[in-house]
Amino acid sequence: MDGVVQLQKQLVDYTASLFHEGFLDEQFNQLQQLQDESNPDFVVEVVSLFFEDSERLLNELGKTLEQKTVDFKKVDAHVHQLKGSSSSIGAQRVQKLCIAFRNCCEELNTEGCLKCLQQVKHEYSLVKNKLETLFKLEQQTIAAGGSIPTL
Amino acid sequence: MGMATETQFHVLAVDDSLIDRKLIEKLLKTSSYQVTTVDSGTKALEFLGLHEDDQSNPNTSSVFPNNHQEVEVNLIITDYCMPGMTGYDLLRKIKESSSLRNIPVVIMSSENVPSRINRCLEEGAEEFFLKPVRLSDVNRLKPHIMKTKLKDHVIISTDQKQENEEEDDDDESGKPVLQSQEEHQQRQQQQHQQQQQQHHHQHSNSNKRKAMEEGLSPDRTRPRYNGVTTVV
Repeated sequence: MDGVVQLQKQLVDYTASLFHEGFLDEQFNQLQQLQDESNPDFVVEVVSLFFEDSERLLNELGKTLEQKTVDFKKVDAHVHQLKGSSSSIGAQRVQKLCIAFRNCCEELNTEGCLKCLQQVKHEYSLVKNKLETLFKLEQQTIAAGGSIPTL
Repeated sequence: MGMATETQFHVLAVDDSLIDRKLIEKLLKTSSYQVTTVDSGTKALEFLGLHEDDQSNPNTSSVFPNNHQEVEVNLIITDYCMPGMTGYDLLRKIKESSSLRNIPVVIMSSENVPSRINRCLEEGAEEFFLKPVRLSDVNRLKPHIMKTKLKDHVIISTDQKQENEEEDDDDESGKPVLQSQEEHQQRQQQQHQQQQQQHHHQHSNSNKRKAMEEGLSPDRTRPRYNGVTTVV
């Protein structure tokens, strides 16, 4: 069936572009390799946890940075968590921004931190979008009777 | 439930991050371990059955090593950075406990800080994994578990010369070590068959076996085999 082949090709190309553009790194590959019949939704589950966790953290960061006296230790702790979880799923760009964010925390630089927060929020929404598209493509491929090609 | 070669090994994973707990659980299950995850050092100690006063009972523990444990745990893998009790604090508590100190502990961290790594290894951690942890890291856990099983074996056979599991070593106090090493080699061979793709990891396994014979470690693990000879 042409349709399935086309979908699979689309999926492969799209995934490759995410790696190529640095949205995802090798760790995402590792996640995909861990997925199997006993746990066919593993990647989606982990990424969903990442989405929930990130949104909570970004919210908290916004609140903490709006305080009259900014608690930089708290900011740093949140960013550390976000850095960890983005690293665990392979969200490379978000992870890299978190590193820069932590530097601003160390410098006790509120303005810098606010700027970093904006950048992280932006990058996060990009990668969220990309991953949701990826999962949709996977669903379509499977629905059409194809299997997810392993890279 | 007592046969080491047939039972699945049980790993206790400690991490405050839900995502990382999910990941490590999957990695361990994929490698055929039985897994329990907890989100803090305090909960880990509870699970291990450690209460503050256990540390003052060394006598009972040397005869019945698992007396204070509810469930047998063959390895503990813990995150370093956790609120409250850090992975390092947990490591120390485990090593200070007469009932738990024989359980191998591995530390994970997202940060590559040499002084931190050294401190953990000096305190008795077997290995230090940088996050994100991968399957290739988890494949390195087996030798640490087997080494401990081996030590338990040797302690039992030298204390109870009449009723040990290895039939031939009545009068050979030096030999139990060798005999157990043969068993160890058999297990290594089984591992070989199971993990052909991980061939390059077998190399590190045989290094560790050599390390056992010489009492030295080629990598960062500190020598731990003196404990075996002093029991003899």
